[in-house]
Amino acid sequence: MTYIRPKFRHPELPKNKLGYSVDYYEGALSTLCAGCGHDSISAAIVKACFEMNIEPHRLAKLSGIGCSSKTPTYFLSNSHGFNSVHGRMPSVATGANLANRDLIYFGVSGDGDTASIGMGQFVHAIRRNLNMVYIVMNNGCYGLTKGQDSATADQGSKNKSGNVNLFESIDLASMAIELGATFVAQSFSGDKTQLLPLLKAAMKHPGFAFINVISPCVTFNNNVGSTKSYDYVREHIDATATVDFVPEMAEITTEYEEGTSKKVKMHDGSYIALSKLAQGWDPLNKLSAMNAIYHARMNSEFLTGLLYVNPDSQDLHHIIQTTDKPLNELTKAEICPGSAALKDINLGLR
Amino acid sequence: MMNDVASVKPGGYFMYDSTKKLHAEYIRPDINYLGIPLMQMCNENYSDPRQRQLFKNIIYVGALSALLDIEFNVFEDLLAEQFKGKEKLIPSNIKALNLGIDYVKANFTYPLDIRVERRNLIGDSIMIDGNSACGLGAVYAGATVAAWYPITPSTSVVEAFSSYADEFRTDKITGKRNVAIVQAEDELAAIGMVIGANWNGARSFTATSGPGLSLMNEFLGLAYFAEVPAVLIDVQRTGPSTGMPTRTQQSDILEAAYASHGDTKHILLFPATPKECFDQTVDAFDLAEELQTPVIMLTDLDLGMNDHVSPPFQWDDNREYKRGKVLNAEMLEKMNRFGRYLDVDNDGIAYRTYPGTHPSKGSFFTRGTSRDEYAAYTEDGAAYKRNVDRLIKKWNTAKNMVPPPQLYQEKNQHKYGMFFFGTSQYAAEEAMDLLKEKKIGVDSIRIKAFPFNQTVEDFINSHEKVFVIEQNRDAQMKSLLMIEMGANPEKLISVLNYDGMPITADNIMNQISAHLSSAPKEAVAAI
Repeated sequence: MTYIRPKFRHPELPKNKLGYSVDYYEGALSTLCAGCGHDSISAAIVKACFEMNIEPHRLAKLSGIGCSSKTPTYFLSNSHGFNSVHGRMPSVATGANLANRDLIYFGVSGDGDTASIGMGQFVHAIRRNLNMVYIVMNNGCYGLTKGQDSATADQGSKNKSGNVNLFESIDLASMAIELGATFVAQSFSGDKTQLLPLLKAAMKHPGFAFINVISPCVTFNNNVGSTKSYDYVREHIDATATVDFVPEMAEITTEYEEGTSKKVKMHDGSYIALSKLAQGWDPLNKLSAMNAIYHARMNSEFLTGLLYVNPDSQDLHHIIQTTDKPLNELTKAEICPGSAALKDINLGLR
Repeated sequence: MMNDVASVKPGGYFMYDSTKKLHAEYIRPDINYLGIPLMQMCNENYSDPRQRQLFKNIIYVGALSALLDIEFNVFEDLLAEQFKGKEKLIPSNIKALNLGIDYVKANFTYPLDIRVERRNLIGDSIMIDGNSACGLGAVYAGATVAAWYPITPSTSVVEAFSSYADEFRTDKITGKRNVAIVQAEDELAAIGMVIGANWNGARSFTATSGPGLSLMNEFLGLAYFAEVPAVLIDVQRTGPSTGMPTRTQQSDILEAAYASHGDTKHILLFPATPKECFDQTVDAFDLAEELQTPVIMLTDLDLGMNDHVSPPFQWDDNREYKRGKVLNAEMLEKMNRFGRYLDVDNDGIAYRTYPGTHPSKGSFFTRGTSRDEYAAYTEDGAAYKRNVDRLIKKWNTAKNMVPPPQLYQEKNQHKYGMFFFGTSQYAAEEAMDLLKEKKIGVDSIRIKAFPFNQTVEDFINSHEKVFVIEQNRDAQMKSLLMIEMGANPEKLISVLNYDGMPITADNIMNQISAHLSSAPKEAVAAI
């Protein structure tokens, strides 16, 4: 299916604070299957960056290999992108972030790219609390190679060929919390209302912000018996709370009933407002977050929303005490010790 | 121990622990035996089991110092250096040294006819290991991001970089550092971080050894194809597989030259001394950024971990970092359309720009998939071919940018040539002297880099036979000469050493002599 997207845009499209209309944040035409959940996530990313007044060139989008990893082409054409090798996006993002701490790093991965081949790098990026948004577009299968089960496919779920997955699935969200992730959220590609504030908050979070998004594969994993199909997810979704992200200085537009709302303040003065739906769950408490996830899993439900956040998160640069100036801007005068120092070194080696 | 006895030259000395009587099978009539009851002396003088074990070596050193007439204050200085901060350990070591010395004085005629004499021939030379020199070189080169995974024998490269960074890159008041050093989860991540950092405009490097290089293959292919600079210091050890991790070899040459699947080739550097480790590390960053490709420096365990006498390090304060073709915001502003992979200057090297430079111009997608001149994904065969052909053009440009070889004569004049690289230099230069003594004329070349330039080709062409000296089994450098220059294999005579120990001049001489004596008489007479 090939078609040309019309270039025409309504001249009065609303503009954000930077004077850009939303089309400035779009990417190339998607070549994924029509109806792919990934395209909805791309659209949410476009909207989130537009509404957050992000300078596209100050954001770097990185990915590995797979259907999900193709999506950075489909959003933010004015951002630099790096489509690296399978499962290795976290290391490339780590290096990029170390080189320039002033950009926003947006990593896109899939369940194969993260939970199988890239598990090691995912785990260690979390440990280091790398300042980045890490999205897994999770469809429980390998789409590019025509539908093999992935490690996040639920045990007992059926793929398109009718084969039952025999193995235990990996739950990325609880694993991320366990490993020390400082922002862990789950959502559904079909729930833009929830995904949008989560993306905004993730971009503001100073540390590793993980969003696991169930994104059904319309071609290979949308059948009866699959626990990652649209129908199954819609029926089994269980939200922790409604989420709203309130940028710094903005008016508070949402009001919550007394006693059920929770505000999580971010480092820059913005905050996430949550209206609690789940009982006994507190997004600042790891234990209650883990409990809620396990509880939902036991009931074959998929828990969405902001599951856990540590507002006092300190990222890798803080931990290893790198200087405030981006390392890629340091000049020779700042980093080269010069000939006099070398003379002393030579003397010490005589 | 049988091997040790066998390795002594006739007339030489064999020192051993005589606490137990030496078995008859170890006795050779043509060598001298010096028995010292080391274990017994330790047991008599020390009560702590650990000390009884440790001081055997020191007593041995003490005995040796008396036998070879080594100045005692040299040891005192070394001990003071070694135990700086743990001074209470010095007296027990001095005591052990004296035990050895006293034993020799009481039991042997000393010193022996072979002895050590203080000379003053080193001038302003320094003594340092190659890994430290690489680490220091990276500081001077302006590296700001290092990612690595510990592996013998390369570990001390980044450790040295880190300790020099403590000194030169750390704000004394705030403690903040102009450097980021990450111990990665494995070598795959280490090279991934290096590529990410270089993509984003920081000078970044990693250090590893053979097994790590194997793991880094996929990423090296990405960096080659996507044209991202990267500096990799490979301190070679004895392979294959885990091999002999604490022994030396030059056996990663082909692995490094063609790392990764598909048509790839990489710039290689071959330092021979600590000073060259320093210089070439700085060169490596310049080359990687100018050529937008990985540069792999191949040192080895012998150079990397052992102290070597070296000319002193030098730095020219006027030297600027060559950052290559990088477009800044103003340059981008003036352009109509930026083509990341356009060969604007007809040298195969395209222009790049760092992420975050210009609001609306310059953004592009870096990818391992095929792309056109404007970095757009394509599976068009013609566009793919244009791209990989440009990479070869860039490769040819590189030939005259890498460090040129060292020729040991003004003009090639002999029929035979000697070709070597890296740490084979020490033995090869000694062999050159030995050959001269035997009135055998040989021209010599030491290469410092791959790709080979015209000088290398001329050297091979102007000799009837070339002895290619290398420290691996499969004559990997000879293969490279054949593959890349079409050199005739019959004229390349391999001189190999691959037992894990550095090659020696004797070994080179024996192999060359064996070849010469098997060659037709007239041919030998003519050289």
